[in-house]
Amino acid sequence: MSTALYTQLLNLVAGAFLLTAVLILWRRELSGIIDVFALQGLALAALVGIIAAAEGSAELGAVAVGVLVLRAGVLPWVLRRAAAAAGAAQRETKPLVNVVSSLLAAAALTLLAYAVSQPLVELAPSPATHAIPVGMAVVLIGFFVLVTRRLALSQLVGFLLLDNGITAVGFLTATGVGLIVELGVSLDVLLVVLVLQVLKTRMREAFGATDLDELRGLHD
Amino acid sequence: MTNAPIWDWPAWLMTAPVVLPLIGALIYALVGWRGSTRWVGVVSAACVLAAAIAIAVGVTASGPQVSFFGLLRVDALSAFLLIVIGTVALISAVATPSHLAVEVEAGRADERDCRRMVMLVQVFLALMAVAVLAAGLGVVWVAIEATTIVTAFLVGQRRDRAAVEAAWKYVVICSTGIALALLGTFLLNFAAQHTASPSPGLDWVDLVAAAPHLDPGVTRIAVALLIVGFGTKAGLAPLHAWLPDAYSQAPAPVSALMSGVLVSVAFYAVLRVKVIADAALGPEFTRALLVVLALASLILAASLLLGQRDYQRMLAYSSIENMGLVALGAAIGSPLAIAAVLLHLFGHGLVKSSLFVGAGRILQVTGSSRIDRVRGLAAREPLLAGCFGFAVLAIIAFPPFALFASELGIARAGFAAGMGWQLATALLLVLVIAASLVNHTSRMLLGTPVAAVAAPSQAAASKETVVDAAGLEAVDLAPIPAAGPFSSPPVAVRMLPARSAVVPAVAVASPIPAVVPIAIEVPGPTVADAHRSRPGAEIYAMGGALLTCAVLGLTLGPLGPLLAQATAIITRTP
Repeated sequence: MSTALYTQLLNLVAGAFLLTAVLILWRRELSGIIDVFALQGLALAALVGIIAAAEGSAELGAVAVGVLVLRAGVLPWVLRRAAAAAGAAQRETKPLVNVVSSLLAAAALTLLAYAVSQPLVELAPSPATHAIPVGMAVVLIGFFVLVTRRLALSQLVGFLLLDNGITAVGFLTATGVGLIVELGVSLDVLLVVLVLQVLKTRMREAFGATDLDELRGLHD
Repeated sequence: MTNAPIWDWPAWLMTAPVVLPLIGALIYALVGWRGSTRWVGVVSAACVLAAAIAIAVGVTASGPQVSFFGLLRVDALSAFLLIVIGTVALISAVATPSHLAVEVEAGRADERDCRRMVMLVQVFLALMAVAVLAAGLGVVWVAIEATTIVTAFLVGQRRDRAAVEAAWKYVVICSTGIALALLGTFLLNFAAQHTASPSPGLDWVDLVAAAPHLDPGVTRIAVALLIVGFGTKAGLAPLHAWLPDAYSQAPAPVSALMSGVLVSVAFYAVLRVKVIADAALGPEFTRALLVVLALASLILAASLLLGQRDYQRMLAYSSIENMGLVALGAAIGSPLAIAAVLLHLFGHGLVKSSLFVGAGRILQVTGSSRIDRVRGLAAREPLLAGCFGFAVLAIIAFPPFALFASELGIARAGFAAGMGWQLATALLLVLVIAASLVNHTSRMLLGTPVAAVAAPSQAAASKETVVDAAGLEAVDLAPIPAAGPFSSPPVAVRMLPARSAVVPAVAVASPIPAVVPIAIEVPGPTVADAHRSRPGAEIYAMGGALLTCAVLGLTLGPLGPLLAQATAIITRTP
């Protein structure tokens, strides 16, 4: 793969990765949000695949397949099942911050991510490290979704967005942290999602809804 | 590292604290919770403690060892934390059978709930052991995140509204915090890959060796993320919100474990990161960061303790306070301060776990977690009230308990290091917190039992006699006069000693605008009268913990050399 093609592909995929994060802010229907999230998983897997191809690393290629299965397959499937169990089409009717302001906030967060990531890019300038700010922006947007959305399921998507961003940064810094850690991280993420899904089911049994506004019992 | 080993201890020994609880979990999974397996948890915790002591002896004598394909490595710091884990696990395990017996009797739990709880507790223990034994940052991260997953079901065990809410918050906040730590781990690894020497990976020893060559810009971002991330799990502000909910909803033995060691294990990770950060960036960066986190935690704990109405949440905020103090000690960073921090982690683990065990018993006896529903406990349950009272005195750092020695050490080290105003602010907040804790506790232990409260004048009249009956606790709890609206004037006036001259300035226990959290009102009958008179295993666990804590405050004994070596690892002084 020529360097120019590699750079172009990498930029394209990184752009798609960021765009899907912004789309998640824009969509209100839960089913739509989950579709976009699956697309993002696809973009992340493509990102890893491109890096693997450029480095000619079979091991990284296998990891890319693993990312594809987990992030574009298993996790969206779990989310869809949870959404289906919740019954009627769920909409994020009144998030704490409305959609237009959310999009503006996403723009601001992206700028912030670029500012914060400067030392990371300067340490080892390369096409891959130039994409690190995109990963950081997705981390920040995920955090934003986590704190401003009211449905339990969209909060879960926010957490996964954050996690996708972190994974992207991990691969873009081109530093495998060892297969055991990689496996442990993936397993932990999967388990967190499953635990939260179980809790969400129990929440519906106890509250009759999964609107996080219902979570008001415990405070000081 | 090993020079002239006196006793070359076998490396497989370090897998024992991981394997033994897993065997315990397996036994519970296969056999379930019944008469014959009731004491498996105690045996497992005692074996973990024994293995920890053996490892500690080996490490002090012949230095660190690596095992299990280089994934596990034990040095003096790990060995010290292992002893903390083993001790607190033993306290919690001893209290478990009688706690569960009452829960089953009251119909709040069945055999399946019990089996799941004790099984998860064993897995939880094994994971904490992995976290302190891990040779590198990556495995520590995986283990600490896995503790969140395991304990989520323990927090949400009761399945009612409050428990599910607490569990949801716990998992979301802790996982997010720990995710930040993962980002920090990736970035630190990135910085490590671009040093001149061959890549050190995520191994603690290699990272510390390579630290002076790490890129400062990247390392700064990584360290901030790691400290805030692991600080979340350690209960430090700003991501502390899970802690009061989780502690107040989890079953008492689990709260004891979480408050006693989970926070310490998370703070252990912060200490390890601090070693790398100090070598790479100089001490100023972590010091500033930790001071901010510490003071924020202390301010938060002080403000929310003043008007607290739930005693389990009161204990939880006291944990946030203690972690704030520990963070302050770590910020100071001198050998004295670090030794005090480690001692504080141990002392806090002992006392806080016994407090939660006691609180669980009080909840079973009275059926409410509201402070104002637990009046006159000293008259009804003198032994339990006495232990609880002494434990509260220990947690506010009365001598001779270990927390007195450690807080004194932190204060002395802080003033010596020229951190005067930070220390003064912290000590003032600690005084406020101590005053609120004593005020709330005296309301719980003294006075007339709830049934008689209906007639206030009558209650006031009988207060004198109740105080006399309470005897010991009244004298102990009197030093700081209770100035809240619920205070008991006879006690305050009668016992006013010279020390209280310091206090009026801080005894402003005017409750914050009334916000009423849901208190636990457990359904079903409370403990039967027959049970009530018999001192349960809780009392032995609490008494043993308090005694250990008092002995530790007077002398470190054989723990001294281990503590000195662990301190040297963090301060990097030979």
